[in-house]
Amino acid sequence: MRKTRKITALLLAVLMLTAALGGCTGGKSAETASPSASAAVSAAPVQGGELTVGIAQDLDDSIDPHKMVSAGTREVLFNVFEGLLKPDTAGEMQPAVASDCKINDTGDVFTFTLRDGVKFHNGNPVTTKDVIYSLKRAAGLDTGTPLINGFDEVKSVEAPDDKTVVVTLKKPDIEFKAMFTAAIIPDGNDPTKETIGTGPFKFASRSPQQNVVLEKFDGYWGTPAHVDKVTYKIIDNAETLVMSLKSGSVNLVAHLTSAQVKELGSDFTVVDGTMNLVQALYLNNKVAPFDNVKVRQALCYAIDRQNIMDMLSNGKGAAVGSSMYPNFKKYYRADLADVYKPDVEKAKSLLAEAGYPNGFTMDVTVPSNYQPHVDTAAVIAEQFKKIGVTVNIKNVDWGTWLSEVYSGRNYQSTVIGVDAASLTARAMLERFVSTSTSNFTNFSDPEYDKLYAEAAAATDEAKQVELYKQLEEILTKDAANVYIQDMCDYVAMGQGVQGYEFYPLYVMDMSKVYFTNKTAA
Amino acid sequence: MKKLKNSHRAPNYNLIWGCVITSIMVLMIVVSFFWTPFNPDAMSYAEKDLAPGGAHLLGTDNFGRDIFSRVMEGAGTTLSIAFCAVAIGASFGTVIGGLTGYFGGAWDEFIMRINDAVTAFPSILLALVIVTITGSGRTNIIFILGILFIPSFARVVRGEFAKQRQMDYVKNAKLMGVKPGRIMFVHILPNIAPVLLSAVAIGFNNAVLAEASMSYLGVGVSQTEAVSLGRMLLDSQAYWMTSPWQALSAGCAISILILGFALISEGLGTRPMWRPTTKRRRKQHA
Repeated sequence: MRKTRKITALLLAVLMLTAALGGCTGGKSAETASPSASAAVSAAPVQGGELTVGIAQDLDDSIDPHKMVSAGTREVLFNVFEGLLKPDTAGEMQPAVASDCKINDTGDVFTFTLRDGVKFHNGNPVTTKDVIYSLKRAAGLDTGTPLINGFDEVKSVEAPDDKTVVVTLKKPDIEFKAMFTAAIIPDGNDPTKETIGTGPFKFASRSPQQNVVLEKFDGYWGTPAHVDKVTYKIIDNAETLVMSLKSGSVNLVAHLTSAQVKELGSDFTVVDGTMNLVQALYLNNKVAPFDNVKVRQALCYAIDRQNIMDMLSNGKGAAVGSSMYPNFKKYYRADLADVYKPDVEKAKSLLAEAGYPNGFTMDVTVPSNYQPHVDTAAVIAEQFKKIGVTVNIKNVDWGTWLSEVYSGRNYQSTVIGVDAASLTARAMLERFVSTSTSNFTNFSDPEYDKLYAEAAAATDEAKQVELYKQLEEILTKDAANVYIQDMCDYVAMGQGVQGYEFYPLYVMDMSKVYFTNKTAA
Repeated sequence: MKKLKNSHRAPNYNLIWGCVITSIMVLMIVVSFFWTPFNPDAMSYAEKDLAPGGAHLLGTDNFGRDIFSRVMEGAGTTLSIAFCAVAIGASFGTVIGGLTGYFGGAWDEFIMRINDAVTAFPSILLALVIVTITGSGRTNIIFILGILFIPSFARVVRGEFAKQRQMDYVKNAKLMGVKPGRIMFVHILPNIAPVLLSAVAIGFNNAVLAEASMSYLGVGVSQTEAVSLGRMLLDSQAYWMTSPWQALSAGCAISILILGFALISEGLGTRPMWRPTTKRRRKQHA
């Protein structure tokens, strides 16, 4: 009798321990909300409601639309700030604060007509003064340091009358049109102190590491948002993110993995696209052994992209071979994805030629809040074992990643996704110019620099596209990085939430999301 | 004579079961040095997320790795870290505790206050703080845990030594002119063995838990260094709902490891296995 009781107690203890350790962060299991909501899939939008969105990382320390570092910041601020132009879901530039955009024949003068009735979130109408201030600030015309990469091309910003703004470039650059998505802010405004834009949502509040709150802006010039309020909750633990979705405390989460989607079950609306970024094992080209092109090429031959995609997302995603993602069709070169086919023998012989016949040990720094990158690193580590390269994975938090890897360039290699800040080829390719401030891989090739300068100056669009494609090829041939894929992007929405649309940019447009039933709202 | 006395009592179930469980685990770990059913690191897309049963006794994880093989190797990693940490803690703790307990005085007070200061912090918390300075990794964890375990051993040993030094056999030995070192480690130490062994068993428990917790929090053994049970728990988190066997396997392995040691320490502690003896008395009855 005593024995049975003891054994039962032991068993219970074992189970409790397992549960306690296993459930540390994922504690509560989800009580899914009313099933009636799932019936209303194709229901019409209901205006109003408060939407809660789960995001994996906090915004940049200070909110400055001209100085956004992380893609996570951009995808939130897309709803708050607008430029003279704004991309649509097809990637075309649509007029926003400006109602019209003309480029002269030589490709160096842009003339904008301001749209009537565009208001800032503080209620003031947008004037040419504000536009001039914003563009000058972005270009650093008064300070000498451009805030947005590439904006130093602007020579002058002038307003011949109170409805027209003329921007003159130092040299012809037709592609610069896409740069006019740069946020328009009020004259004299310091966005790090006061966040004022013209977008469909206005910035309400922010608690670091907790949340960012946006409210619907009633004076918006365009199609107004459906929901009244969007709260971005910062949940940096992947498991908690899923649990929050299941418990209903979060309505929408983007950038989920296939495993997370599987866990959600059928009560959610899940849409998939690609993330419009280039995930790669980015190498610090200045640090041995990655300063040797043969080593880099060996690593390219050693990875099996399809295997990574299989493991991570059951084969979804698109393999890439250079710093350009497939949705950017104009510049994308599909052939580059096949330059390095998995070939262990070739990789080994390249390593031997480079003087590492027995391989080496390398560090891969990954941001631990992005499970797909962490998992990719684990698969890569296993694949590199075959060529004798031992991988040591270093998990760091996002803040450390930004300061150590991105800004500090103090790392060996990292798995991360790099996206385009604007819809230009330059947004992807400029960072590999040896003098670029965002060249965190320390890639340096005189030929690349020369071609890039040529491409940027081209006035003929066809020729320019051709040059950019050549640049992509250099990155592939030089094996600047071990390119992997444009990752599959799942967006899951809770009951009664609809309307999410994908852009060829890394943004989340909240103005199109709506609730389908009053109760959920 | 001993046998006769013990026969009146029920067998020491705690000790027996503790030893059985621990030996099974240790046997499994020793086997894993030479053989595991599958390569614990080998990934396979075709065998992703398989449920337990069939070729894979405990199923496979999200990378198609055999969980049983990983548990075998992970238990080895965890136990070897625990072993080294306890070895450091116990040996230094015994020497420090023995010296202060035997000699007493100002040094005793001083060292024990340092001890108090270190014990005042939860050891895991302190370990986490140190890890942020030294960096993680197997060797670092061993040293950090080892050093953090010294106070608890020193405290136990000191108390015992302070008690034993009042006893007649120690006084006699002193009168006979035996050197302090010999008295401490040849005369006294064997007499406090049961207490010390019990402390070692508890220390093992703490070390296993500490290592698992640290790896679970991502600051322990790095995922590419070796398989560790704590790390397996961390990795399995995302799959807790869809393939719970991942988390359960790792969690149960930790629990069973701890259970074995807990039972042993219980068995040693509740019933005196040895009675205080002097060398002479033991010889007489031998």
